[in-house]
Amino acid sequence: MAALLDCDMGTPARPGTAGVTLEIDGMAVTVPQGTSLMRAAALAGVKVPKLCATDSLEAFGSCRLCLVEIEGRRGTPASCTTPAEPGMKVSTQTDKLAKLRRGVMELYISDHPLDCLTCAANGDCELQDMAGAVGLRDVRYGYAGENHLGQAKDESNPYFTFDPSKCILCSRCVRACEETQGTFALTIDGRGFGSKIAAGMNENFLSSECVSCGACVQACPTATLIEKNVVEMGQPEREVLTTCAYCGVGCTFVAELQGDRVVRMTPHKDGKANRGHSCVKGRFAWGYATHKDRVTKPMIRASIADPWREVSWEEAIGHAASEFRRIQGKYGRGAVGGITSSRCTNEETYLVQKLVRAAFGNNNTDTCARVCHSPTGYGLKTAFGTSAGTQDFDSVMQADLVLVIGANPTDAHPVFASRMKRRLREGARLIVADPRRIDLVRMPHVEAAHHLQLLPGTNVALIDAMAHVIATESLIDEDFVAERCETADFQSWRAFVSKPENSPEAMERITGVPAAEVRAAARLYATAGNAAIYYGLGVTEHSQGTTMVMGMANLAMATGNLGRPGVGVNPLRGQNNVQGACDMGSFPHEFTGYRHVSDGPVRAMFEAAWGVALDAEPGLRIPNMFDAALDGSFKGLYVQGEDIAQSDPNIKHVSAALAAMECVVVQDLFLNETAAYAHVFLPGASFLEKDGTFTNAERRISRVRRAVKPLSGLADWEATMALSNALGYPMHYNHPSEIMDEIARLTPGFAGVSYDLLDRAGSVQWPCNDKAPEGTPVMHIGGFARGKGRFMITQYVPTDERTGPRFPLLLTTGRILSQYNVGAQSRRTDNVVWHEEDVLEIHPHDAENRGIRDGDRVALVSRVGDTTLPARITDRVQPGVVYTTFHHPETGANVITTEYSDWATNCPEYKVTAVEVRATNRLSNWQAENSEFRRRAARIAPAAE
Amino acid sequence: MDAQRLIYMANQIAAFFTAYPEQEAVAATENHLRQFWDPRMRAQLAACLGEGGGAGKDEGGGAGKELSAIAHAAVLRLAADKAAGAPAPGA
Ligand code: SF4
Ligand code: SF4
Ligand code: SF4
Ligand code: FES
Repeated sequence: MAALLDCDMGTPARPGTAGVTLEIDGMAVTVPQGTSLMRAAALAGVKVPKLCATDSLEAFGSCRLCLVEIEGRRGTPASCTTPAEPGMKVSTQTDKLAKLRRGVMELYISDHPLDCLTCAANGDCELQDMAGAVGLRDVRYGYAGENHLGQAKDESNPYFTFDPSKCILCSRCVRACEETQGTFALTIDGRGFGSKIAAGMNENFLSSECVSCGACVQACPTATLIEKNVVEMGQPEREVLTTCAYCGVGCTFVAELQGDRVVRMTPHKDGKANRGHSCVKGRFAWGYATHKDRVTKPMIRASIADPWREVSWEEAIGHAASEFRRIQGKYGRGAVGGITSSRCTNEETYLVQKLVRAAFGNNNTDTCARVCHSPTGYGLKTAFGTSAGTQDFDSVMQADLVLVIGANPTDAHPVFASRMKRRLREGARLIVADPRRIDLVRMPHVEAAHHLQLLPGTNVALIDAMAHVIATESLIDEDFVAERCETADFQSWRAFVSKPENSPEAMERITGVPAAEVRAAARLYATAGNAAIYYGLGVTEHSQGTTMVMGMANLAMATGNLGRPGVGVNPLRGQNNVQGACDMGSFPHEFTGYRHVSDGPVRAMFEAAWGVALDAEPGLRIPNMFDAALDGSFKGLYVQGEDIAQSDPNIKHVSAALAAMECVVVQDLFLNETAAYAHVFLPGASFLEKDGTFTNAERRISRVRRAVKPLSGLADWEATMALSNALGYPMHYNHPSEIMDEIARLTPGFAGVSYDLLDRAGSVQWPCNDKAPEGTPVMHIGGFARGKGRFMITQYVPTDERTGPRFPLLLTTGRILSQYNVGAQSRRTDNVVWHEEDVLEIHPHDAENRGIRDGDRVALVSRVGDTTLPARITDRVQPGVVYTTFHHPETGANVITTEYSDWATNCPEYKVTAVEVRATNRLSNWQAENSEFRRRAARIAPAAE
Repeated sequence: MDAQRLIYMANQIAAFFTAYPEQEAVAATENHLRQFWDPRMRAQLAACLGEGGGAGKDEGGGAGKELSAIAHAAVLRLAADKAAGAPAPGA
């Protein structure tokens, strides 16, 4: 059931302006064409009793409780399925209706347990409400006859229960699974009295197709589908509106609490990113926030061989500051730096980069976007002038063709994927370019027109081949290009892609994709109407990540697919605040709003605001920091919320670099892998414990609101502030809203952003300033941010990571629905029932050649390292390609990945590693040593008496 | 820092720009190094010139133990700058 903040209008809103005026119970109301009588009544403030209708789903008209009378018409139509017409006079309450409704309710209740007082949904049950609303006083039919009471519950899902005895067969759950989630896991099984709700082929929920998104639980009007937490704890008593701390969709949630205990998180209907939907992570997997592994006291130690010692905040901060100053005194100003995570809020990342630039006095600041979407920033800025996706999520509902490249939205961006699937069910076409057969390629009611199953590392060859077709088959939108793009750059691009060596036939050898398929896909992209590109890390995490981003921008410009709803080039960002972390000036070469540190007037503005001289030279990026550490010129690091020792490539190299440093300060919820190399640990605050904002993949800034107090006593921004003060650079803010005010003062695209606006509008998409006071859903309308769009020549340069006799297979990596990134959060929840460990997907041919059976432990070896994990034999991957995830530190998939990186941004090439796989029956040496090292590194000395 | 790695990365940048006319490619490579490389990395790269790192081989990709022709020309321009390359203003 929904949170109180979400009031139910019965049926979905219809687009358009109000045009139909009618009367409901004597009150005039004007509604858009196609609005139901039920919704019109709700808009007039009249509640019509209902059971099978809810405004997240199309009306179904089965319960017959919402009957109304219409003057001059016969009968009593259902108000949920009857559209409003001009001049109608509708009565929602008459004696006749009251009698009919009581009759309907009587039948429902006669087959429903009367244990309201002890039912978990007591106080939050629509059946109960409706019995009250229609004035049901007695039930003439007893339980003596056949009924559905006393059926077994399905408790298989870790988060919710299915109690069929309480089901009223309204089918809201079935429709939610179809319409909202698009999984089609539920059906109504049987007919008439024998009908019942069933998951899959009469399996339990856990073994069915169910992905545990919670949409059915949200839609269920009774206690049939209900959160186990509500069963155990009872109904929540207060609500706080906030934003999911997992992926880049940035869903708005209502945290529902009893005192300072969270009972449940429910998706907020007015959340503009999620429109009332959620996935298993945001909806259910927040238990990590109170997991016993949380470290809530600051700690220090002289050497990483020592156990940790718990100390006061003052001592920990004072120690960190004096170490940083000592290191700078000895090795130079540039010997220290800071790294933030996209899991941190905008305000937190802003403060850390400010601390680095102003207090450390250098530009050695970076963020984990370095290892995911930095090529997006570089590529889109070069082409369009802004480092951001062009559209809002709603835009997909106007796309006629969706091109998904190197992204797996149903796993990594599930709520957006549900919107996309809805649009695909409505008839939009789909092209998937991915080495692996992701679910989207074929699933219930969705089938890709083309799956371009290219070899890992050949994206640029593919996009050049598509561009070749568009340029040589007269598919260019000449008017758009002439008006909107730089002519000379366009001409050189056209000449380049038209060369025969870029034709699909020539590229087939490289990509492995049949030329005819590429030609057909390119034609479809260019001619389908509104064509939208959505892409993920399968694009960026390559030696040519930036080139590929530019290649996609070229394709969109050439076909005029920019500057209106339904089109665009859209990065699907991995973590919740990737966009925000980049916007906040976290990169070593630029201030907030993507302005280079060498830009004199901008730097002067920051110098005046911050009262300190700033460095005009770019600083070290994350991989450069590691190289410099091994070289001896980089000795101190402040890491907020990021686990570089698990998430960055070539872990052995990273570990050696961290071990070479003299002061590593880790601020995190848990003693993560990086903390094993740390000298100071500052306990972090979970998203439930602090105020701030996240910016999602569509540039939408949403509020994170403090629901409970920080377990460690300080929110992260307060700890950063304390560190800066201890370093001698004073910072003082009373609340994160004051940090945002400073960002707005210093950043043109954020000039209009304030917590007041966010409270009023719910969320806002930057740019938000005088020109766009309510924000900007779609960018580049009428002109690009940089003026004219710029075509770049995107020559295919193969990666140097190549297969050979020793390492004949290509490893590519990804993520799955139930787990998130390094898994620090999601592994500490019941989501492990879906993914206990990382597995290696391998094609049947490759497995057979190596004598590997499904489930066998295999050694995965690259030239930089080796690990072991279980094999899963599947034809999702093509022969020659293997695939795994990096959610578990025990596997350490990044022990395998190499230090190759994108030419422009040093974004690591996670997606291509040459490997060999063989059967084994023991852990790798690295695994054995690392597990012992981790155990020792996490020791905490008993508190001194 | 490891000179081989710096040379490799500089060659990768140059390889992207090889599709452009030579002068443009050299200027773009130089500008990229100024805008995105920490001064200590630029200085060390420039130092490679003196150690035979700059034979100016015309390599296709980032591979090779020596600077490619375009990378070499770009690094020469960096080195010519006394300050080992102040970034282009407003770049
Ligand atoms: S939780 Fe989601 S996927 Fe599972 S049955 Fe319910 S709506 Fe369908
Ligand atoms: S489980 Fe709930 S939503 Fe589904 S049919 Fe039964 S009462 Fe309706
Ligand atoms: S993980 Fe992403 S899709 Fe899932 S609820 Fe959170 S923001 Fe939404
Ligand atoms: S609410 Fe209209 S028929 Fe059920």
